[in-house]
Amino acid sequence: MTFSPELEAKFADLITHYPEGRQRAALIPMLMFGQEEVGSITNEFMNEVARRLGLTPMQVDEVVGYYSMLHKKPMGKYHVQVCTNVACMLRGGAELYDHACHKLGLGHKEVSADGLVSLEEVECMGACSWAPAVQVNFDFHHEVTADQLDTILEGLKK
Amino acid sequence: MALVNVTINGVPVQAENGALLIEVARQNGIEIPAFCYYEGMSLQAACRMCLVEVEKAPKLMAGCTLPVAEGMVVRTESEPVVKARKTTLEFLLSNHPLDCPVCDKGGECELQDMTFKYGVGESRFTEVKQHVPEKQWSPVVFYDAPRCILCYRCVRVCNEGMGVGALGISYRGVNAEIIPSHGDHLECDECGSCIDICPVGSLTSGIYRYKTRPWEMEHVGTVCTHCSNGCKTTLGVRNNEIVRGNNRDKSGINGEFLCVKGRYAFDFTQHPERLQTPLVRNEAGELEPASWSRALKLVAEKFKALAGPEFGVIGSTRTTNEENYLLQKFARTALGTYSIDHHRTGDVVTLIDALSGKTGQLAAIEDLYTSKAVLVVASDLAQQHPLLAGKIRANFRHHKAAVYAVTPGPVREDKIARKSIRIAEADSLAGVEQLRELLAKETELVIVFGDAVQGDKVRQLVAFGESLGIPVKYIALVDYANSRGALDMGLLPGLAPGYHAAAPGRSLQQMLDDSSLAALWVVGANPLKGGRKLAASGAFVVVQDLFLTETAQRADVVLPAASAYEKNGTVTNVCGQVQRLKKGVETVGAKTDLAIIGLLARGMGVDLGKVDADAVFAEIAASVPGYNQLPMPVILTGGAAQTHPVNGGVPASLVPGLIASARDTLFTTGSLTRYSKILNEVLEKPGALYR
Repeated sequence: MTFSPELEAKFADLITHYPEGRQRAALIPMLMFGQEEVGSITNEFMNEVARRLGLTPMQVDEVVGYYSMLHKKPMGKYHVQVCTNVACMLRGGAELYDHACHKLGLGHKEVSADGLVSLEEVECMGACSWAPAVQVNFDFHHEVTADQLDTILEGLKK
Repeated sequence: MALVNVTINGVPVQAENGALLIEVARQNGIEIPAFCYYEGMSLQAACRMCLVEVEKAPKLMAGCTLPVAEGMVVRTESEPVVKARKTTLEFLLSNHPLDCPVCDKGGECELQDMTFKYGVGESRFTEVKQHVPEKQWSPVVFYDAPRCILCYRCVRVCNEGMGVGALGISYRGVNAEIIPSHGDHLECDECGSCIDICPVGSLTSGIYRYKTRPWEMEHVGTVCTHCSNGCKTTLGVRNNEIVRGNNRDKSGINGEFLCVKGRYAFDFTQHPERLQTPLVRNEAGELEPASWSRALKLVAEKFKALAGPEFGVIGSTRTTNEENYLLQKFARTALGTYSIDHHRTGDVVTLIDALSGKTGQLAAIEDLYTSKAVLVVASDLAQQHPLLAGKIRANFRHHKAAVYAVTPGPVREDKIARKSIRIAEADSLAGVEQLRELLAKETELVIVFGDAVQGDKVRQLVAFGESLGIPVKYIALVDYANSRGALDMGLLPGLAPGYHAAAPGRSLQQMLDDSSLAALWVVGANPLKGGRKLAASGAFVVVQDLFLTETAQRADVVLPAASAYEKNGTVTNVCGQVQRLKKGVETVGAKTDLAIIGLLARGMGVDLGKVDADAVFAEIAASVPGYNQLPMPVILTGGAAQTHPVNGGVPASLVPGLIASARDTLFTTGSLTRYSKILNEVLEKPGALYR
């Protein structure tokens, strides 16, 4: 399996971050960055990462299943993540997520028919001070209200 | 190792410093309950069931990972401990379906036992239980996630015990579950170790599920009838039907190890094509059912008329020692022929001869687990000899044994090998020579070699071993459940039982090729497999077998025989270890080969003495070198006793014959597995060597 030169350079650099013999520690970042380019965590991609890090495909599969931000199926072009963890929940995160569900007509980890938008109910994103938090791809939105969320979502449709 | 003083439940005990508390307690008769802890596997500390109270420790400790130390005072059943265990069980049961009345494991379930012991009658959880449907991963493995307590036993036994690594745990929290190697299904050895080791009913067996309750079975400890490793298997028998094979009591040379064949491939005994009545060729030239009395009378008359040097006898690699012994005795005395042979699969004869004058150099299975170094030559052990491969893996895991492999292609030993050499089987000795320097540095060695090393090559290999200057033991690999017994019992032209000289006769191939052969008696073998022809077109052919094999189709009389699971007797495994077969089920229509030989002798008016397994074994013990000093208590209690064949050379009277392994894989063994439904269903069949 081949990747873009940029991603290859990133992988090469990542592996140097960990002490000799502990290269498997690069697994999660490799999967994260790879997912951006590949679109999802495919079997081929898992096998390739396993080969490069000296793991079995099964060990990679275990990690992929564990982390909810790693997707085996492609998500939408815009992946909307709404936090419903404690701090966000106290500030209306759950209602916000329900609102998003209704607005988009999607459930947890579902993708719109045109592949443009997907929705995910996520755990803490580390933005508790500005709860409730919403993340669209890698962009953060803080103290989001239902109206603001509508604006954000409508903006995606362009 | 220094001893330390520990007090467990008020009882002072001594233990090795650093030993695990759970083991120390167990050795002193105190059970610390645990689900994830498993002797011989890596530590997991996942289930929290083994929590114990340790004085001066601020909180309860996990007994499975706690090394004992001087002065440690432990309480394993105190009030806080019992309370913690109850809570742990309450957690484990929070999503457990409690479907014990329909669960295969009910009655032998560790979770059930613990719940019963600690009386966790009610739960504080009021939430709806998370349920996911059951999954089928292969014809033999089903997974029911809600029952799973995530102890990782299956994951570890697959990774460490089998060296396969087909199972993992993925997802998180309440959704966490076991995942199979190929997304929605398994591709593995299909050994079923994961099912046996599961403390709950989460992994269930395709062949056993929903068939019976464990307490309704009889458990019969016998020996697997497939490959030559001789694993003890405990058959679960209900209503004269074998419904399960496992070895959970860890008895025998294999402990709890079994491969797909030992655990599942007993189903050939109930195959619809199983012969249940004798067949006699009628005037129209077709085989038609006949009564036993008619068939036996016909055969006895014919045998009497045709007895003499033109009579050929081909014996079996899966009948018992008693049957083999009696067959050659009958042939050599009553039938007056020396043409007796069997399908030879490994050159044990030359090995024994090459080791003449030396003692203790034939390795036993246990040596593969204890020896500091093991060399595998020209065999894909994981495919052909799964127990041997398993012992080597365990030796590496527990004792860091040095493993070397000289094979033509990749083998599972490569993963643990200090050095692997890729070389054609024919050039194996050159490959072994490349390891000379490394091997000479070892302190002891076991050499395991396949059929490619035969004749002079065996002598060269032994010479190589002796030149290393360290103690070396050998195993000459053979294929089938009693291949070794067939050799030991003298199913060989020119060699009598115990490798004594006998008058020469025809080899198997010579019998097939000799057009002057008057009669051929084939007992539990299929020499005409693969389109081979019998040159003597007029020969009277009698075949004893379970199925209408290619050879049986050519027979004039076919006598239905009992399988190894349907008779008593002894078999000798690849390392010369004798074990006892115990009859699991009664046959319908078929008779044991021993009984058939006895009846034929009686029909001919020949006195073979008392024909029952124990009497014939007594005769073997009295007359066959190597079998004369076997410790009977060991054999009678289901153990394995190693024979010590000869201390002198083997006479050169053996008529040479083809020595060729059938190259069976993990999913095949001769004609038996053709009739095993379950083996034919697994995706991996037929498998391949060196892949």
